[in-house]
Amino acid sequence: MSVRETILQTVEGSPGREFIIDSDIHPEPYSPQSFRERLPARWREHCETYGDPQRGPYAALTGYPRYIPRTSRRDAWPSNGGLPGSDLELMREQHLDRHGVALGVLEPLGQGSWTRNLELMGAVCSALNEWQLEDFVAHEPRLKASIVVPMEDAPAAVAEIRKHADNRDFVQVQMNSLSEEPFGRRKYWPIYEEAVSHGLPVGIHVGGSTGARTGGGWPSYYNEEHYSLVNSTQAHLTSLVLEGVFEHFPALKVILIEGGIAWTPALSTRLDRLWSRLGSEVPHCRKPPSEYVKANVFFSTQPMEEPENPEDLLQIFADIGWNNILYASDYPHWDYDDPEYAFKAPLSVEQKRKIMFDNALSVYRLD
Amino acid sequence: MVQSERRLKRGRQGEFVSKHVVARVEDIGPGERRVVTVRNRPIVIFNLDGEFFGLLNRCPHQAASLSQGIQAGFAIAEVPGTERCIRRGEFIRCPWHGWEYDIRTGQSWCDPESILVRRFKVERVPGSELVKGPFVAETVEVSTDEEYIYVEA
Amino acid sequence: MPELSEARPDGGSNGTALKIDCDVHPGVPTVEALMPYMDDYWVDEFRNRQIDGLEIATYPPNAPLSCRPDWRRDGERPGADRDQLSDVVLDTFGSDIAICNPVYGGLVALSEQMAAVLCRATNCWIAEQWLDRDPRLRSSIVVPAQNPILAAEEIERCAADARFVQIMLLVANELLLGRQYYWPIYEAAQKHGLPICIHAGSMYRYPTTPSGWPSHYLQDYAATPQLFTAQMQNLMSEGALARFPGITFVLAESGISWLPPYMWRASRTWKGVRGEVPWIKRAPSAEVRDRFRVTLQPFDVTDDHDRIEKLVEQIGGEHMLLFSSDFPHWQFDGDDPVPSAMPEHLVRKMRTDNPLSIYTRLREDK
Ligand code: FES
Repeated sequence: MSVRETILQTVEGSPGREFIIDSDIHPEPYSPQSFRERLPARWREHCETYGDPQRGPYAALTGYPRYIPRTSRRDAWPSNGGLPGSDLELMREQHLDRHGVALGVLEPLGQGSWTRNLELMGAVCSALNEWQLEDFVAHEPRLKASIVVPMEDAPAAVAEIRKHADNRDFVQVQMNSLSEEPFGRRKYWPIYEEAVSHGLPVGIHVGGSTGARTGGGWPSYYNEEHYSLVNSTQAHLTSLVLEGVFEHFPALKVILIEGGIAWTPALSTRLDRLWSRLGSEVPHCRKPPSEYVKANVFFSTQPMEEPENPEDLLQIFADIGWNNILYASDYPHWDYDDPEYAFKAPLSVEQKRKIMFDNALSVYRLD
Repeated sequence: MVQSERRLKRGRQGEFVSKHVVARVEDIGPGERRVVTVRNRPIVIFNLDGEFFGLLNRCPHQAASLSQGIQAGFAIAEVPGTERCIRRGEFIRCPWHGWEYDIRTGQSWCDPESILVRRFKVERVPGSELVKGPFVAETVEVSTDEEYIYVEA
Repeated sequence: MPELSEARPDGGSNGTALKIDCDVHPGVPTVEALMPYMDDYWVDEFRNRQIDGLEIATYPPNAPLSCRPDWRRDGERPGADRDQLSDVVLDTFGSDIAICNPVYGGLVALSEQMAAVLCRATNCWIAEQWLDRDPRLRSSIVVPAQNPILAAEEIERCAADARFVQIMLLVANELLLGRQYYWPIYEAAQKHGLPICIHAGSMYRYPTTPSGWPSHYLQDYAATPQLFTAQMQNLMSEGALARFPGITFVLAESGISWLPPYMWRASRTWKGVRGEVPWIKRAPSAEVRDRFRVTLQPFDVTDDHDRIEKLVEQIGGEHMLLFSSDFPHWQFDGDDPVPSAMPEHLVRKMRTDNPLSIYTRLREDK
């Protein structure tokens, strides 16, 4: 039975119960050390000796110290001493069971694409993929994994996708938004080609380690860095469209995760305007940019913007397209969006169902 | 054990409120807090240096349990270099999105005009008073020679 | 100091409201034009090394956006013809006053000294070649942000001339603009009651996105609002807004429609991490409404009455917009920079009341 059928059967088996699909759940190992055990000895020793140099001022800490430990809800620390997101029991209690999660997509963060050493990147991504299956999916069938790829090394990324492509426990390919280049650039195209050939959407989750967080230099505060993640998402959307990725891979589905969504109509309109003036620079982009966005791009909701007048979101959702929006919780992180309370705008039953369930069912690879 | 459910007065919304004994004074030490349930409502009781305060244990934003947050002071500054922490321990930070609430008033600091956690009156009372009513003992065994905390709810 | 214009700023009390265009771009034709305002050393430097072509990368002279086709003149830099600018901006668009933002190489030079020389020469050139010749023109002071001490000196020098009504900075520099490094500029601005105009345009010191360099000019220009959000976050986070309460910041050629989602997201984050930046005492959305204004063009909103009203409500109300044509950039066609669906009450506000409320020098009726 396919994943989709299993989900639908669960739903049908509990009439009257509401189910949701969550496009962003963060699994963590019990501890950083426990994950390191999974690496080949060569890389374990490397990490113990040299650490994992990224692109920031500290040996083992982000340059923007977080405001809350492990960027996690303070109530998400398991009593067994593990990291938030490491304990399935607690995850079920706080989120999966509590909110009727029929499918939760795992998005491992914090390592893998973060590193500068391409070989280490490959080793960590491989380990992350095995680990998601063994520690989470094997014990909790409602959770499905992402193929985390060494995105700065396309051949290795393609090999990693190939390795897992037939395993239905993986429902998407995952990249991270702070990259060396915008994702429309040619070096990333082999990843899209491989993903499309397996019917896998590509999720771009905010985060990573890269150079200056803004085109005007390095911000000083976490308060600013947190916003720059939105910018990185916007940069990728712009790049994917204008470098011709969707023109070349019309079947490619991209999910933008945790970059906010309310800015999308404004950016689409801006791109359309500019394309009408400067289209001769990008002749490969044959349609107005907004058309590619509507056809190929999906947006996960968290962290949901909160207008003073919550009803303002309705127009924005309509502009984005009711079929292009996917609910995300970000469990167990601090900016978690509770499915019951995050949407302050009055959604109709049908609108809600699309965002909370139906859209995801057709975006992820579930057959 | 005292068991008189005598209705006392009306609360802000016109609902009846009564006095519920919820703990012994020494159960919640200075700087500590405890969640109690009164008339089906989760209420977190704080002890700030011997004074007791009660807030509904539900953040007005997305309903997280405030009792899971940290108690901290309030950071103030005019410009960088003048930052100070005032009233240490007198604010509860929501465990999720970090909104700060004044434990004494329930007021949120990010939006003091419109965001308020429901506050409950919490007082201490000698056990000898309890026999006079109109107190309701929730889960606490009371005796006349100890001091108790009651919540009006 | 030259005489002020005969145009009488009156705020509209007698029914003939003064109309102000807050962003037009005179083009420096060649570096030769600035030489009368440089000392011999620099004249020789530019001549002997044949340094010219100092238009900034944000506006390649031949790119469609840099000049509307019907305003192009063969062999001339966009905006270099003063008569054309006056004809179009003042006569055709019906403005009484236009504020010049000469965007030129001094703003982006890697050498601090060259930056200072070019900015100073640009200011002198604007005053003599433009402001002296058309009394309806005003200007921003362009400053070498590469060296804030020199920038502050240039502000002091120009501030004596009341036709300089604000200070202009580009939206991407060596450092983000809230940093204390730049505070000498704000000291001078506050002292003279001059708004700070942050204008589209980059020194190109960093990749134009947080995720590296895109391939196209179009992408760089599309990312301009991102730079504005970065500066707004930084001006708040570094305490610059708190330290200089007298300064209004004008976002010029930034677009507008990105503002509400930025304000919502920034406010949500601030509510959670306020203690990191306790000098930000109210939600960023409230700071934006109080401390920032935004110019009209490029108007990146669907031209629909209700949508425009909604957007203006979201960004804080009718006091937020400043009329601008962005001449000679190709942002719109036809003879009216005001979008057709713009509600009438907003037009009056943005053309007259709002500019007068922040450009105090336009109110000084002489
Ligand atoms: S639930 Fe408390 S701040 Fe969001």
